[in-house]
Amino acid sequence: MTATTRRRLLTRLATSLVVIWGAITVSFCALHLTPGDVEDAIVGTSIVTPQVRAQIVAEYGLDRPLVAQYGSYLGRVLRGDLGHSYQRHEPVVTAIASQLGPSLLLAVTGMGLALILATATALLTAGRSRWVRGLASGAELVGTSVPMFWVGILLLTVFSFQLGWFPAVGGDGLTGLLLPAVSMALPVAALLSQVMREGLERVLHEPFVLTARARGMGDTAVRLRHALRHALLPVVTLAGWLFGLMLGAMVVIEKVFSREGLGGLMLDAVAGKDLPVVMGVVLISAFVYVVVNVALDLLYPLIDPRLQEER
Amino acid sequence: MTGHDGLASEAGIDAADDPVAEVKDLFVTFRTVAAVRGVSFTVRRGECVAIVGESGSGKSVTARTLFGLTGDGARVDTTVLRICGQDARTFGERQWRAVRARLGYVLQDALVSLDPLRPVGKEIAEPLRLHGMVPRAQVAARTVELLREVGVPEPDARAAQYPHQLSGGLRQRALIASAIACDPELLVADEPTTALDVSVQAQILRLLDERRRARTAMLLICHDLAVVARIADRLLVMKDGRFVEEGPTERVLGAPSHPYTQALLTAIPGRRTRGVWLSVPPPSAGPPAARREGKVVLEARGLVKRFGARLAVDGVSFHLREGQTLGLVGESGSGKTTIARLVLGLVAPDRGAALIDGTSWTELRGRRRRDVRRHIQLVPQDPLSSFDPRSDVRRILYEALLVGGVPRARRRDRALELLEQVGLDTAVLNRHPARLSGGQRQRVAIARALAPGPRVLVCDEPVSALDVSVQAQVLDLLVRLQAENGLAYLFISHHLGVIHHMSDHVMVLKDGRVVESGEVGRIFTAPRADHTRELLAAIPTTHVAADAHVLGHDPSFTKEATS
Amino acid sequence: MTHAIDTPRRRIAGAALSRPRLGRWCAALVLALIVLTAIAPGLFTSGVPHEADPLAALRAPSGAHPFGTDAIGRDVFTRVVYGARHSLVAAVGATVLAVTAGTLLGLVAGLAGRIADEIIMRLADITLSLPTLLLALLVLTITGPGTLNSIYAIALYTAPGYARLVRVQSMVIRRSGYVEAATALGLTRARIVVRHIVPNAFIPLLVLATIEVGTALVASSSLSFLGLGARPPAPEWGAMLAGGRDYFSVAWWIAVFPGAAITLTVLSITVVGGALQRRLEGLDPSGGGRNR
Repeated sequence: MTATTRRRLLTRLATSLVVIWGAITVSFCALHLTPGDVEDAIVGTSIVTPQVRAQIVAEYGLDRPLVAQYGSYLGRVLRGDLGHSYQRHEPVVTAIASQLGPSLLLAVTGMGLALILATATALLTAGRSRWVRGLASGAELVGTSVPMFWVGILLLTVFSFQLGWFPAVGGDGLTGLLLPAVSMALPVAALLSQVMREGLERVLHEPFVLTARARGMGDTAVRLRHALRHALLPVVTLAGWLFGLMLGAMVVIEKVFSREGLGGLMLDAVAGKDLPVVMGVVLISAFVYVVVNVALDLLYPLIDPRLQEER
Repeated sequence: MTGHDGLASEAGIDAADDPVAEVKDLFVTFRTVAAVRGVSFTVRRGECVAIVGESGSGKSVTARTLFGLTGDGARVDTTVLRICGQDARTFGERQWRAVRARLGYVLQDALVSLDPLRPVGKEIAEPLRLHGMVPRAQVAARTVELLREVGVPEPDARAAQYPHQLSGGLRQRALIASAIACDPELLVADEPTTALDVSVQAQILRLLDERRRARTAMLLICHDLAVVARIADRLLVMKDGRFVEEGPTERVLGAPSHPYTQALLTAIPGRRTRGVWLSVPPPSAGPPAARREGKVVLEARGLVKRFGARLAVDGVSFHLREGQTLGLVGESGSGKTTIARLVLGLVAPDRGAALIDGTSWTELRGRRRRDVRRHIQLVPQDPLSSFDPRSDVRRILYEALLVGGVPRARRRDRALELLEQVGLDTAVLNRHPARLSGGQRQRVAIARALAPGPRVLVCDEPVSALDVSVQAQVLDLLVRLQAENGLAYLFISHHLGVIHHMSDHVMVLKDGRVVESGEVGRIFTAPRADHTRELLAAIPTTHVAADAHVLGHDPSFTKEATS
Repeated sequence: MTHAIDTPRRRIAGAALSRPRLGRWCAALVLALIVLTAIAPGLFTSGVPHEADPLAALRAPSGAHPFGTDAIGRDVFTRVVYGARHSLVAAVGATVLAVTAGTLLGLVAGLAGRIADEIIMRLADITLSLPTLLLALLVLTITGPGTLNSIYAIALYTAPGYARLVRVQSMVIRRSGYVEAATALGLTRARIVVRHIVPNAFIPLLVLATIEVGTALVASSSLSFLGLGARPPAPEWGAMLAGGRDYFSVAWWIAVFPGAAITLTVLSITVVGGALQRRLEGLDPSGGGRNR
């Protein structure tokens, strides 16, 4: 590891800590910004006994000064204690853990499909004839303009209600997973394929591609061995944004297909004003975002060696 | 025009050799644009043929035809296209790929001509693997050997490095190594030295010359007559898709018959062009008027500027008189542009001072500072980026006239006068700079610089992005304006010929320091500093006989290392 | 250099290699019609969006009901027409709010010294590192659902992006060749800011904002679909889809038309925004393309 890489990584870690600290602070503020008492915000719409109320006051130290409250809140979160959901009668961590599996499966499948679809489209259409590119860019334009939940609704209407090929609600295993994953993948793939095609087309005009062709390299080999790697770079930079998109997509898609998962958990929590659960999910996703980004930062110089020397 | 037969140079061409490449009546058309319009030529073993022309002349397209790489949407028509003895007119993609194995292609800048994401060794190994030149197990060894052949020191270590980690010269050598990996019968080099500093340029040309001596046929594409003069046996002068003149190098350069070739040669600035016009036809019948030397208008006293850990300018002093030109010359990174920004008052020096008419920038604030700015104006290297992208020429000039205190009612007349003064049509006033040619943009920039009525112009590489004939016109314009208005020029260039042509005094810079300064004739005839001598030795000239020794011995060869 | 900040939708909008002129004009026409619909829905339909006719429930599209009727017999066409106002107001409102707040923050960050810059930009980092929809959900948990609240929520997470754009843009322009040239020329600082920096920073911002109205529309209709933005019976397109959920299996038209309206609107906004952007780039030196 070069000195510059190490310095970059340290800076990135420092910013990451700031981001995590910021997210915790935001959620602490959220508790206090909610109209009414903090203990009301925590219990939400559920009805609890005065004893429980007193217990919350003691637990969060609500009778102490704000700074002390903030300190103890910070400490709790850092120890991994995201609080208790009084509506679900379970710790937030347990609630999230129980819903994580199906959501993760959906996100990974959707993302994988999107990547495959985008790479294939981009490789096949980049630098081709005018109307092939026109068709591809038109399809991408439509794909990115369609709200994801409507893609889900359409697929559901056509393939489940009209054709009856897939179960309309829930469904186990592959059959239940396919439609939600496809509805998630299509808009994402449209966007990724556009980004990759743009990248590929830029690269295919670079002098080094001309050099490679002049060596007697075939078109497919040029695309796979030289151009693809360059076209992946902008996709990697989009990864953080993609992650956010997938989380949002999960909430919507799970609702359309009435699937189990984090999305359902979130929506129930929002409806019941179950703030600990909402904040828990937000905090965890901020944490994952940071981890993903640090990992990408480590990965990026491996893909693009020029970054090792930056500054 | 038909191909020449039986041409021989001192390298000794065997006239009986079959041509490696033979082209007759080649036309290349992109949709409706005819890029190449009927050219014929042959390249034989051990012979170096050069196509010379300005941008847009069709020279690169001609070269790509030999590889079948003119691109989609190009129509190629030709009566003869023989490459390595095969008729390539009916080649399919597979046959093209096979024949490309027997050719080598070197492009302008290896930073963009080698895949930036792969180590250079992989790029050199690629043709070896593709065409099965050596057994798999020996590819790595052969790669290192190739790097050694092209004079890369420590080839083992270099093979694992990426293009951006190598200096410009080493990169270009690596690119050549990948081009000669399959021992090509024909090496095509398209502007192989254009992005390089002069000293490195000479080394690369020497390397190419070695290949030619090893009986490789070579086709060199270049815009610079002086560069091709060094190694080409035969020249093809290209303009608007046709060869306007062709013949042995010495004959074409010594006794050019076509007016275009003559104009190109006249346009090359240097020692012989001092006091004469460069462009054809010249701006006026007589020679440029003599300039009068006046009082000192610009002075630098021990300028020092540091950027982070790097000392960009280190103790630079000079003075510049009215009607005089001071040339600043040095390779990239020598501190030329920082000096320009210091004397323009755009950055403050860490130590020392820049004085305009005896007043230092540091003493000036607010309104007085702006008043002084009128007297010293900039002619930038890249005029387009110096114009607000939303401005047309009118707005650019009106704003400059506002600074010059010209009342609103008179601005239009003054702007038209300025356009006339810099040789532009008055219709340009309503145009947008992005829609003008490079030469026209530079004229607009000069008009803007003249508008406030300055006494000093700082010209920062004003012609380095221009073709030689346009460069000639812009330099002539600057010479004329200086004589008419008694302007003082601080003239910055990496091009020694341009400096020689323009300057009265010259300062040679290296790593932010002045290594030598003095009267122009003295610097160019009796340089005292080693660095000046190195720079001078590396200048390519069109004078063929005189520089034969430069290619023979190359003292700076081993000094180059990674950057 | 015009695009210091890239949003995915901006890329799409700018991507059209050779999007035909005809397509651009069609998109402009469609967008104009949609805007007109939002302003004066009465011009396009004589119906009333809340008027229910239980006897004519779940009718398939026909001459009388071009888009069919929903579960309680309301005319889907009338509701889609009246929905334009609800949907566009939310999207445009969120964007205007975000651009205003973002510009102010960006200017403060760019001009008011390093400490303000650090604080604002770190805040932006934090906001931008939280998944957008989750952030909106957090806000709506606190404020409760509703159209206005969903506008606030969307503005909250889009504003930092504009703040970054304004800040970077003003810094890039301040260091640009033409501002240096203007300084060297001897123009006053005020003139350079007013005549050169501000227009060059704001026009790309406005174009980006136009394109991002599409993103805001998708976001606000998604929130309505989740039952957190506009609520049924309001004829907002996302809310209509949410309200019709139980009947998709028997009445496809309830599922198709409101979604198609969203898609068509976003599509035409993107195409028109992209055309604006390319016009802008025509004046951009980086788009000029010089020969070597």
